Amino acid sequence: MATATEQWVLVEMVQALYEEKEELIEEWQPEPLVPPVPKDHPALNYNIVSGPPSHKIVVNGKECINFASFNFLGLLDNPRVKAAALASLKKYGVGTCGPRGFYGTFDVHLDLEDRLAKFMKTEEAIIYSYGFATIASAIPAYSKRGDIVFVDRAACFAIQKGLQASRSDIKLFKHNDMADLERLLKEQEIEDQKNPRKARVTRRFIVVEGLYMNTGTICPLPELVKLKYKYKARIFLEESLSFGVLGEHGRGVTEHYGIKIDDIDLISANMENALASIGGFCCGRSFVIDHQRLSGQGYCFSASLPPLLAAAAIEALNIMEENPGIFAVLKEKCRQIHKALQGISGLKVVGESLSPAFHLQLEESTGSREQDVRLLQEIVDQHSGCGHGGTNRGRTGESCVHHQGGSPGRPALGRVPGPWLPATQHAERTQDSRWPWRGLKESKNMCIFDRIVTKWCQYGPIV
Amino acid sequence: MANPGGGAVCNGKLHNHKKQSNGSQSRNCTKNGIVKEGQQNGKPHFYDKLIVESFEEAPLHVMVFTYMGYGIGTLFGYLRDFLRNWGIEKCNAAVERKEQKDFVPLYQDFENFYTRNLYMRIRDNWNRPICSAPGPLFDVMERVSDDYNWTFRFTGRVIKDVINMGSYNFLGLAAKYDESMRTIKDVLEAYGTGVASTRHEMGTLDKHKELEDLVAKFLNVEAAMVFGMGFATNSMNIPALVGKGCLILSDELNHASLVLGARLSGATIRIFKHNNTQSLEKLLRDAVIYGQPRTRRAWKKILILVEGVYSMEGSIVHLPQIIALKKKYKAYLYVDEAHSIGAVGPTGRGVTEFFGLDPHEVDVLMGTFTKSFGASGGYIAGRKDLVDYLRVHSHSAVYASSMSPPIAEQIIRSLKLIMGLDGTTQGLQRVQRLAKNTRYFRQRLQEMGFIIYGNENASVVPLLLYMPDLKHAWTKGIRKTKGRVMASL
Repeated sequence: MATATEQWVLVEMVQALYEEKEELIEEWQPEPLVPPVPKDHPALNYNIVSGPPSHKIVVNGKECINFASFNFLGLLDNPRVKAAALASLKKYGVGTCGPRGFYGTFDVHLDLEDRLAKFMKTEEAIIYSYGFATIASAIPAYSKRGDIVFVDRAACFAIQKGLQASRSDIKLFKHNDMADLERLLKEQEIEDQKNPRKARVTRRFIVVEGLYMNTGTICPLPELVKLKYKYKARIFLEESLSFGVLGEHGRGVTEHYGIKIDDIDLISANMENALASIGGFCCGRSFVIDHQRLSGQGYCFSASLPPLLAAAAIEALNIMEENPGIFAVLKEKCRQIHKALQGISGLKVVGESLSPAFHLQLEESTGSREQDVRLLQEIVDQHSGCGHGGTNRGRTGESCVHHQGGSPGRPALGRVPGPWLPATQHAERTQDSRWPWRGLKESKNMCIFDRIVTKWCQYGPIV
Repeated sequence: MANPGGGAVCNGKLHNHKKQSNGSQSRNCTKNGIVKEGQQNGKPHFYDKLIVESFEEAPLHVMVFTYMGYGIGTLFGYLRDFLRNWGIEKCNAAVERKEQKDFVPLYQDFENFYTRNLYMRIRDNWNRPICSAPGPLFDVMERVSDDYNWTFRFTGRVIKDVINMGSYNFLGLAAKYDESMRTIKDVLEAYGTGVASTRHEMGTLDKHKELEDLVAKFLNVEAAMVFGMGFATNSMNIPALVGKGCLILSDELNHASLVLGARLSGATIRIFKHNNTQSLEKLLRDAVIYGQPRTRRAWKKILILVEGVYSMEGSIVHLPQIIALKKKYKAYLYVDEAHSIGAVGPTGRGVTEFFGLDPHEVDVLMGTFTKSFGASGGYIAGRKDLVDYLRVHSHSAVYASSMSPPIAEQIIRSLKLIMGLDGTTQGLQRVQRLAKNTRYFRQRLQEMGFIIYGNENASVVPLLLYMPDLKHAWTKGIRKTKGRVMASL
């Protein structure tokens, strides 16, 4: 039993502690919720587009030729697509007001899934209402903590987010370097032999893109399939850029290489590039795809795709199936532009000649990333002065960098290849595109710029 | 089932040592498990009406039967798995390819146990396809299963004019085309359906700018930014706001998108009991006083993640108390108003208006356009510097495509309707009718004896059935009600 004095001391101590705590609470100052951003940051002064982002685009009031949108097949302002969307609008209205599980499944969604599965010659397809969410929800549905994923260093941001959400072990291999991947797989095999019980439950995945957004190159799929069977890993193929572009009928990189579609476990693509709609889909065997209907977060916990966008995608698929010739036209145009841009000193073209999205990189870096970005921005601005809508990905050139938990641009793994300008190619550049030219004063940038425009003018009328 | 509102019941018992009177002198009476939390008006701007929330406990026999039901289902599940493994029963599920049989199995057996054996039995209650706009009456496609829900077959018939109680179409703005939707038709014809670019590149249309200004005006804040998907709004912007070294205090029953966003950010996450301000305060005190675990350094920021109306509970967040706490402990508040924007509040402005608070007191107001506005997409609104920062740093703005133009136009049209800018009072009437209908519906269901969770003003009404097989019987019974069929969950 404590005496009166001891009790009194205890009470005082408790009170002092309490006051100390209150003081700590008063003193603590958190950081501001958001740090200030510079007022002249280009993202705050967006290029406002009025009108459809089709072949010709009106940016900030000026009409330009569009080299920046991912409208590869030019279906964005196709009258048939618009008519189909309009018919759907008249029947269903705009929104679906519910996720797929709760009366948000419309017959158009089921139709679209059927059509996509038939087009890609797989058993089943599943659609998501947002392109980014597609691969970012698909990967964590299969790969959990403790599983191993081998992913290319140049994988796009959506894949990185999917991997981060899955909490699996990530092993990066050099871009398109099959020897490096094989080395990693062999190392993993050695690890497995040390602990066979764990190896029996550890799933392995290889995540690659058909056409890499960050480099414009195609992945070597035949070698990957060989590695798959040798080391027993499953392949997840992300075909956002290659769907509707590569292959004789636009079925993507599997058709391009003539690989059986069943060899690829999951193909994911978004409908925002070639199909000129919004959303994404995954296709593959029912065994694989059906799992996502309960465990794909972006599928279960999000409202379904508005029916008018689904109807537009169905019509775009119809057009793709009826005119398989447009893919050849697109490839031809890509090759021509690629050739045309080869000879410019100061800029080099990064990307395959077949790829409709490629990058123009500075041949020699000025040494600092900010200066490179500024130089490229100047080129872009003068571009738009002359009527070409381009875009500087310098500020978003960080997209190729893997980061874990930090904001984009803080490289944790992987080398930053340097800022660049992406340009995209549309199948509909017709004969009457003329490249407007205006005389401009001399400067180092101007020399580069002059040469770009000269080359384009020479090759101007592309059929 | 534990009483989630149990925290409130204990209010009277917990020693209340808080210095300020943030309405915590609550009198609580529990009658039949219904808790009425009475607040005394400590400060003039506080919400002084009664908050009526109920989280009734189920009677004992119901709980016993529920557990029995699950237990029997599990036993039968094991039995059938055994039969399937030995080939006595045919396996209808899809299987792995022959060539990949020696790969590590894609799904662990137990992961799929619930799906195979319990979910399959009642699978036909979900994913029901419809073939008309999700208005108050809609058409459901009839589908039957010949093999106990493994596969479905459409008979081709359509059940017309089903009463819709399952879509989140609170204000009835997602309806079939009529003349007022002319502007959407025009925008569709002018702009097309897609955008094919991100916000930072060529994806910012003038429609987006118009929409963002309108949203800011609607919510009475400085600025707003819109995104193409509501789920992606949360999962891609929370990482932009907080990072390593920050603390996230998230409600127990937060939506998957908030949880994903919190996990992707890399911050430390601590969970507080659902809508329980005592639990939140304890966590806040500990966080501020003791700092980060192990290093004892101070936290960089503390972000409280709550929702306006919780979709699975039907409860409304106790916003006045949380704002008082946030002010005392200098934390930041992020409110996800997916289910409350357009649906609560006298003019549909959301939970801030419901409680009579200034929207500037909430740091980040987030919401979606899917529910009340009949479109899709999400927004984040708040002070101008917050929105500017998100314009620059949000992952969605840099890497994901922007909202489709006709969808943006539909939201503009809905906003104008609700705000009364189109010259009619139709919007206001809809909001008021929704509030009246909600209260009437809840009151009548409770009189009938059902167990309803949540606040009396929340338009999401969870009706608890408890037993899994009862769900099945309920749907069959509902279908036969007097020729008019009802669709619910």
